[in-house]
Amino acid sequence: MDGGLRRVRENADYSAKVLTICGHSFVADHSGALFCPERKTLIVADLHLEKGSSYAARGSMVPPYDTRSTLAKLAAAVAKYNPETIIALGDSFHDGGAGERMMSEDLSMLRRLQQQMRWIWVLGNHDTSIPEKFGGEVCETVAFGHLWLRHIPSSTHLSHEIAGHLHPQAHLSFKGNTIRRACFISNGHRLVMPAFGAFTGGLDVFDQVFQSVFPEPFTFVLMLGETGIYPVPYRGLKGI
Amino acid sequence: MPAVDLKQKRRAPARKSTSDAERGLKLLLPSEFSAWFKSRGWSLRSHQLELLKAARERRSTLLIAPTGAGKTLAGFLPTLVELAKPSPCDASSGVHTLYISPLKALAVDVARNLTIPVQEMGLSVRIDTRTGDTSSARKQRQRARPPQVLLTTPEQIALLLSHEDAGFIFANLKTVILDELHALAASKRGDLLALGLTRLRALAPGLMIIGLSATVARPSQLRSYLVQQEMPGTQTDMSGLVVAADGAKPRLQILESANALPWAGHTARYAVVEIYEALKAHRLTLLFVNTRSQAELLFQELWAVNEDTLAIGLHHGSLAAVQRRKVEAAMAAGTLRAVVSTSTLDLGVDWGDVDLVINVGAPKGASRLMQRIGRANHRLDDPSKALLVPGNRFEVLECRAAIDAANAGEQDAELFRTGAIDVLAQHVFGMACSGPFYPSDLFAQVRSAAPYAWLGRDTFDLVIDFVSTGGYALRAYERYAKLRQMDDGRLRISHPRFATQFRLNIGTIVEAELMRMRLVRKGGAPKLDGHARAKPLSGGRHLGEIDEFFISELSTGDTFFFAGQVVRLEGIRGSEVYVSKGHSGDPKIPSYSGGRFPLSTHLAARVRAILANAEGWQHLPESVGDWLSHQAHRSQLPSVADVLVETFPRHGKHYLVVYPFEGRIAHQTLGMLLTRRLARMGARPLGFVANDYGLAIWCLSELDGVLGKGKLNQAGQSLTDLFSEDMLGDDLDAWLAESNLMKRTFRSCAIIAGLIERRHPGQEKSGRQVTFSTNLIYDVLRQHDPHHILLEAAWTDAATGLLDLRRLSDFLSRMRGKIIHRRLSRASPLSVPILLEIGREQVGGADRDALLRDAADSLIAEAMED
Repeated sequence: MDGGLRRVRENADYSAKVLTICGHSFVADHSGALFCPERKTLIVADLHLEKGSSYAARGSMVPPYDTRSTLAKLAAAVAKYNPETIIALGDSFHDGGAGERMMSEDLSMLRRLQQQMRWIWVLGNHDTSIPEKFGGEVCETVAFGHLWLRHIPSSTHLSHEIAGHLHPQAHLSFKGNTIRRACFISNGHRLVMPAFGAFTGGLDVFDQVFQSVFPEPFTFVLMLGETGIYPVPYRGLKGI
Repeated sequence: MPAVDLKQKRRAPARKSTSDAERGLKLLLPSEFSAWFKSRGWSLRSHQLELLKAARERRSTLLIAPTGAGKTLAGFLPTLVELAKPSPCDASSGVHTLYISPLKALAVDVARNLTIPVQEMGLSVRIDTRTGDTSSARKQRQRARPPQVLLTTPEQIALLLSHEDAGFIFANLKTVILDELHALAASKRGDLLALGLTRLRALAPGLMIIGLSATVARPSQLRSYLVQQEMPGTQTDMSGLVVAADGAKPRLQILESANALPWAGHTARYAVVEIYEALKAHRLTLLFVNTRSQAELLFQELWAVNEDTLAIGLHHGSLAAVQRRKVEAAMAAGTLRAVVSTSTLDLGVDWGDVDLVINVGAPKGASRLMQRIGRANHRLDDPSKALLVPGNRFEVLECRAAIDAANAGEQDAELFRTGAIDVLAQHVFGMACSGPFYPSDLFAQVRSAAPYAWLGRDTFDLVIDFVSTGGYALRAYERYAKLRQMDDGRLRISHPRFATQFRLNIGTIVEAELMRMRLVRKGGAPKLDGHARAKPLSGGRHLGEIDEFFISELSTGDTFFFAGQVVRLEGIRGSEVYVSKGHSGDPKIPSYSGGRFPLSTHLAARVRAILANAEGWQHLPESVGDWLSHQAHRSQLPSVADVLVETFPRHGKHYLVVYPFEGRIAHQTLGMLLTRRLARMGARPLGFVANDYGLAIWCLSELDGVLGKGKLNQAGQSLTDLFSEDMLGDDLDAWLAESNLMKRTFRSCAIIAGLIERRHPGQEKSGRQVTFSTNLIYDVLRQHDPHHILLEAAWTDAATGLLDLRRLSDFLSRMRGKIIHRRLSRASPLSVPILLEIGREQVGGADRDALLRDAADSLIAEAMED
């Protein structure tokens, strides 16, 4: 066991994780973004831009910095992978009023990013339409080789897709510490992405909702750390 | 009916009264009152007379009196005398007297007992209570036709003051009685109440405030709390002071057990047979422990030896209210023989004729112990009886120190605290809800409260801005502002729905996120990775509330003690926890972090003195004396002035043990900081543990090389460097910013200040959206607006309450040049109790990403072994 552990320690590189979904290989980044080197495409889900101002408009004055935090994180991922296409997998905006509320500095930051590449907004349940000022192409689903990219995971049993919507989060107990982190979750055919936005919470992967999306035991969870991304077998997680 | 201390306890010998006193009495106390006292066989106590005199001059006064001295009656006498007189006031003239207590149960009980003298004297006084449990219909009636005497809690005052009709209800208010003021004043609830009092004074000029308190070390803080500060910042105004004579000195003893004292732990399992014998020899025993988990465990242990099936009950804050009420009623009815309790029974209400108090575990503070013992005060002039049961060897020293302090009549000095900013934000918005205000008027009013006398106008303006738009450097929310300026310069709320929202979130008590626990049949839970889904979890009897943090540490199938039984975690749905009856096995015990008090500075000094005085050890149990002698032989004992540091190797690691005696909280902070510093020095620290007396850090590197052998090492570092005071600067900032402690503190500030709404227990989380965790807000704010007023408020809270920074910095400056370093070949006897905490306590200092990496590594390695 000790020898095995030492071997693993020497070989393991957790800075990014390569994974294969239906024959396509991807790099899962610890920021929560997914990069497809073959098609030079960066996929992010659930940005929830302007969530802060959405609360403020209703009287909860939560900080107005979430949009710029999220966009800065996205810009960093873009700089790292240099994609030609970005696909935002739905719920990119927290609500329909985001267009009126977004501050001009934040809007220009978004536009600067968009100038560098093709930009696709997949519609979500929070953003059923995208205001024109946000540019980009708008669609419900994207056919991506053998895969579908959509916001809400489909209810069909066998589906080859990448989706968002559920904000998966895993809960690991190790050496007396409990760590809760957003995660990718996949069974090799279907991948649900973590929420990318600064103000997005998470839903534990043991919640019933995940049981219907992954009816057979799913194979792995990738937990996001500050500096790396860590594969954890499902049975290593806490069942609550 | 439970007997409240309104019923004053009989004084055995009749006191001789002078004719002067009799004449004074006649003037102050109408004949029906003297007759009533006589019919009860009581005489007016001198402190009751003093209070009547003060009331005649409308002088706000602090009354300090022990339990059983008729303190509450003393507080109410001036009101009853005044209301007994025929007066021109008609029934609709508003509240005459407010009674405010920290406990709902106490308010209700005092009201019930107040009706006895009122009825027996045939007075016509309308008395009513108002707590969170009062029906909304009754609350409506109270606002339309206020009672003359209203008994309530600080939160209800804030709520009443946030309504537009506050002026009508309180215009004729004459007297406010604050009960258990020592417990209330030095807290955020106390801050909120202090601000409420400034408002009441403005609505009812000439208001008299009577504070009732147990004995405290520094009455001046409470005295300034009761009165308006006329010249804030330059002088402190104080109320009058009446101190009642002490009752008989309590009889305190350390329980002697046939078994040897354990090295560590707090449960006193070794002494359970002797404890049980003590219960059998008394009518009603109260057993106090420090945490809920200890309560659960002791309760189990007692039932395990309960051959006579004595009625033993359990009472702590996590149990369902129904269950607590049942235990209280049984105590009052005299059907219980013993109750195991946490601090929930510390205050106020006397539930029965308690004739013995047993304090299990360390007393932690002299004042706390005295208040607990006061629960057994059957008759003022009879000594109350208490047994102290130390859980381990260190606790013996602490028990001895507490008994010495009690016999010397010494109290722990309360910390001076300043009013909290988050509470001020809540008050400001509450005032806006009651009607438009001029900022400068409100500023002057707020500063007249003693806790806020320090407040500057710039800070006040920041608070107004925060309340209105969030107060961010980025002015993004002007158009959503919750306060609008009117033409005359006054501020008003911009929409009435903000007032409704506000009232749901009033108060300063922020519980850890609580989850409702229900009892279901075993096997109702889904399997972990299989998906053979059993029937869904639902329904089941409500057992109580449990800390979400504790549950998050468990896995399905884990067992623990709750409500006196072993339960097994079946699963979680929404905000409900489902458990089934567990049977045997080794249950995990609820280890709530709450309810742990740090050792008081005063007791710590006494413990140090006991250690330093070898001649006195003969009065300690033999095993403890032996232990200390061994320590003197193998290493040495910390003296009163010096600080002992020991280093020794053990199992291939290198240990550093320090004994500051500054309490667990300060030690944990010190542990975090030393770990960082040792890491920089190249000692490769792996972790640390702390208890109330000291802390141990273990490292991979040999420490002598790192620290220099008594002098500087090659890098010019020494032990003195390691402990230099500058660790409270950047190291602290860097560590604290990332710590969970800070995030929790921030959450509570954000809720109190009204930034986010509180979730009420049992209320469903609507999935991932509402789990809008304050951690996310904290991270974003720290990155973009590091000087935001709420971050500063959280920092202040953490520094005072959670980190004990003042104690730590006092310690660091005290120990400069006084470090005594002993290099040992193995662990010293004194270090054993600390080292034994390893494995019981969560180990601090670990890096989260490193943990994730380790977890992934070991799971992969395990998979490869297969």
